[in-house]
Amino acid sequence: MAAAGGAEAAKFEGLRKSPFSTDEKPSSFKDVTQYNNFYEFGSQKDEPARLAKNFITSPWSIAVEGEAAKPKVFDYDDLLKLAPLEERIYRMRCVEGWSIVVPWVGYPLSELLKRVEPGSKAKFVAFQSYYNARQMPQARFSGIPFPYVEGLRMDEAIHPLTILCFGLYGETLPNQNGAPVRIIVPWKYGFKSIKSIAKIRLVEKQPLTTWSQANPREYGFYSNVNPKVDHPRWSQAKERRLGEFFKRDTLMFNGYGEHVAGLYAGMDLRKYY
Amino acid sequence: MWRAYTQAWTCASIIEVRRVLRSRWFKAGVFLASLTPLLALVWRAWRGELGANPIEAVTHSTGLWTLRFLLLTLAVTPARFLFGIPDLILIRRTLGLFAFFYASLHLLTYVWLDQFFDLAAIAKDVIKRPFITAGAVGLAAMAPLALTSTRGWIQRLGGKRWQRLHRLVYVSAIAGVVHYLWLVKSDIRPPALYGVILGILLLYRFARAMRRRLS
Repeated sequence: MAAAGGAEAAKFEGLRKSPFSTDEKPSSFKDVTQYNNFYEFGSQKDEPARLAKNFITSPWSIAVEGEAAKPKVFDYDDLLKLAPLEERIYRMRCVEGWSIVVPWVGYPLSELLKRVEPGSKAKFVAFQSYYNARQMPQARFSGIPFPYVEGLRMDEAIHPLTILCFGLYGETLPNQNGAPVRIIVPWKYGFKSIKSIAKIRLVEKQPLTTWSQANPREYGFYSNVNPKVDHPRWSQAKERRLGEFFKRDTLMFNGYGEHVAGLYAGMDLRKYY
Repeated sequence: MWRAYTQAWTCASIIEVRRVLRSRWFKAGVFLASLTPLLALVWRAWRGELGANPIEAVTHSTGLWTLRFLLLTLAVTPARFLFGIPDLILIRRTLGLFAFFYASLHLLTYVWLDQFFDLAAIAKDVIKRPFITAGAVGLAAMAPLALTSTRGWIQRLGGKRWQRLHRLVYVSAIAGVVHYLWLVKSDIRPPALYGVILGILLLYRFARAMRRRLS
């Protein structure tokens, strides 16, 4: 029986495998779905799993607009059918110093973006999460402004590693993991992978992002995983993989350097943190 | 009115209260109650109920109980005067030592489970990370107090000097709240709550000292 408003997890069939998947062991389903940062539903790790239970995720649509020849509002079923769904097993590194490995379900974000035909002025992509104070009563205590906004440079957004994500572990996304649709950018700290997306806007200027607004010294626009650039309040050299006892070394670009280092050639990553 | 009431109550039952507070059973009870948070933590660890990040859970729990015991210790003096139970002083040392006990577990968790004795990384943390610096200050201020908590040390130092030294507990409590405040990313409600309680406990002392000076 589905709870009021809470959608029952549905299975995805016939997922394609991806060469981008890591062969590392995925974290347990329990850890992935019970230890979350989703500040709309509370700032403590155990809160989203409890407080997002009745989050209403259907009907859902994403408006893609801005510098585009064919701006459009896509509803959830449109989105699901845009491209074949793949399983992408990615490492996820949180800015707080812990990490997980998650088998996500989705397809490259570029598949969606190309449908609206981005114009020459579309240099950046701005994302906005859904926000509803009535459904998210804890949000106003979390200390950051809402709706949550994020952004990527266009070349980052259309990079084949960046996916529009609909599920994990072969099922639709649990509410606490950003249902019904989010993005995953595996070489950046987790907060860049915005959840429960309501709007995508193609823009010319670098957009504002929530955490860098809340604390510009601690969180930059790029926020690439980088063991050599410490967060002012803690080292980023190591991380604790959930389920492991010893810390492991954090990898440059979260281990995706061979695919994405070229995007930042010649940039001072200390300045553009 | 309130004063008259507490005075009457105090007169009637002071002997009874003193008897209870001085009994071995009461002391054993306080000791056991103070150990409960640790026992609960061990129980949860045993049952695998510490969640996805058990080391973080242990760090947070021992840190929170350090702060709670510090505040309890600081609440003893106001409680003695407000409720007219001077004998409450008998449990202050136990509470203070438990604050130090949980702080030591907190440090041990950090040094052992979190950093795994990586002394270079720890030194860097203490110097470069303001919230860890604050935590280190809080703990360092507590250590001499635990050391000199015995009757022998009170006599050796003399009451006045001992008391002056033990004002370090204020430094420790303030550093503890700052440590917590600087740790959180954006939701400052939990550390703010501890800050408010500490503020009230300090204000009480300040007001009392002012009144004594004026009268």
